[in-house]
Amino acid sequence: MDQASAPLLEVRGVTLQYKTDQHLVTATWRVDFDVHPADRFVLLGPSGCGKSTLLKGVAGFMAPVEGTIALKGRPVERPGPDRMMVFQEFDQLLPWKTVEDNVVFPLEIAGRAKGLEARERARATIAKVGLSKFREVYPHMLSGGMKMRVAIARAMAMEPDILLMDEPFAALDALTRRKMQEELLALWDELRFTVLFVTHSIEEAILVGSRILLMSPHPGQVRAELNAGTFGRGQIDTPEFAALARRIHDMLFAERIESEGRAGHG
Amino acid sequence: MAEPIAKREPPLRPEILRQTRDVSGLGAVERPLTAAERLMNQAGVRRSLILIGLAAAWQLYGQYVGNNLILPTFFEVLEALWEVSRSGELPDRVLTSLRVLTIGYTAGIALAAVLTTLAVSTRLGADLLSTLTAMFNPLPAIALLPLALLWFGLGVGSLVFVLIHSVLWAVALNTHSGFSSVPETLRMAGQNMGLRGIPFVARILVPAAFPSILTGLKIGWAFAWRTLIAAELVFGVSSRSGGLGWFIFEKRNQLETASVFAGLLAVIVIGLVVESVVFRSIERRTVRRWGMQR
Ligand SMILES: Nc1ncnc2c1ncn2[C@@H]1O[C@H](COP(=O)(O)OP(=O)(O)OP(=O)(O)O)[C@@H](O)[C@H]1O
Ligand SMILES: [Mg+2]
Repeated sequence: MDQASAPLLEVRGVTLQYKTDQHLVTATWRVDFDVHPADRFVLLGPSGCGKSTLLKGVAGFMAPVEGTIALKGRPVERPGPDRMMVFQEFDQLLPWKTVEDNVVFPLEIAGRAKGLEARERARATIAKVGLSKFREVYPHMLSGGMKMRVAIARAMAMEPDILLMDEPFAALDALTRRKMQEELLALWDELRFTVLFVTHSIEEAILVGSRILLMSPHPGQVRAELNAGTFGRGQIDTPEFAALARRIHDMLFAERIESEGRAGHG
Repeated sequence: MAEPIAKREPPLRPEILRQTRDVSGLGAVERPLTAAERLMNQAGVRRSLILIGLAAAWQLYGQYVGNNLILPTFFEVLEALWEVSRSGELPDRVLTSLRVLTIGYTAGIALAAVLTTLAVSTRLGADLLSTLTAMFNPLPAIALLPLALLWFGLGVGSLVFVLIHSVLWAVALNTHSGFSSVPETLRMAGQNMGLRGIPFVARILVPAAFPSILTGLKIGWAFAWRTLIAAELVFGVSSRSGGLGWFIFEKRNQLETASVFAGLLAVIVIGLVVESVVFRSIERRTVRRWGMQR
């Protein structure tokens, strides 16, 4: 591993809160982590531990109440196309634009490419996610998994400094999810982008990630940061894979027993 | 009675195993519709058939009544329509009406845009919009005509005033509710690309809320057209260059009932054309194509 490389994304002691009319909800508490170039960095934790919130913080939709988030040494202040996000929901595509136009749109908005160049870049990326046949189709005519692929293509065509993905495969059936995970890894193999990937599936975290940030339940804190090596689909039945899964499972589970125990005695 | 629910078991059935066959040669999965089927799928064709039926009924009843001062027959009306069209009288009046309508409609939409912009950008603006709409929406525009005459006198000014009133609230209300129901994910996706301020509104919010905006425009148009004809009927009495409403009023005074009907037909036809040609084709090219409305 290249330890000398400067981190691309630095998250330092970040506390994120939601202010509602009645409550102040602390979603994450003093979270630290670094993402290096070409990392497949996974945020893993139980539902409600603040993974999405953390991603929104990095994307610039929420400002931390404490701590700093910096990309390439510059603090993150607002949303921007250098941190393209793939959302968890299917309705993130613009329904009034065709698949190709959906991919072209941010390219032109952000001034990454114009006219024919933008079209060509969009077409190339759409081909990479295997949707060339559907370029002229409107999003409402696509299946959920296809919409997700378009969203991934849209984000990837921008060649952002970091790709943010919030449980992009969570709403897909098991078969499609497998395929998409493999596709993502194949794309990474080719392009070596940096991705910050949120999931609550241990298996997916190990498969997709090169490094896993384990978060404790509400409010989210860092529990551990683990190396996931390079497990591929082939290794899913190996003892190493099972051992890592077991380790992660125990950490998450131990945390839960502990906190339940505390709650019971308190 | 059946046995207690707790003890119920699904019946045991043998398993079914099948080979899926290649159905691509079957041809029945996708089949072009026959010419007749396609014709009847056209809403326009079906509607035309209904119109022909209505005209026939009118003609027959008119002949049965046999009093063209009360109810001229369909063909008498068509004849009158041809007469007033050829003499240029009716087209003139229609143009006058449409000109006023365009001014009022555009001004109403422009004001609605200002009001909605205020409403999306500030909370006070949102409160202002909802209060004003709640107050003025139930008020028929025509009820403001006496006041308008007092303020703007006889003429286009008063008409435009009531037209604005009839368009503004419907459009502003629908646009605003359209904006506020744009999904959060879509907003974030837009911001993520770096869109902010006016470009964000123009390139994300407006298209995303387009179904509601279009509904507002349609309602606004319908209100405006009715209001204009009604207003002209009231005011034409003392104004020289009247529109279509004044034409109808005038012809009634001259006891030319067939021409009155011709004027009414013109009102209907223009209404229909705008609703089922203009707005429908906008719909077909936008919200339906995008799957945002069925
Ligand atoms: N808009 C909001 N307003 C108030 N509280 C919120 C809001 N969104 C999230 N929260 C709270 O913040 C905490 C973290 O939520 P978040 O969505 O980040 O969880 P998550 O880890 O992404 O969970 P999941 O895996 O279920 O998506 C939760 O306790 C939730 O109740
Ligand atoms: Mg989430």
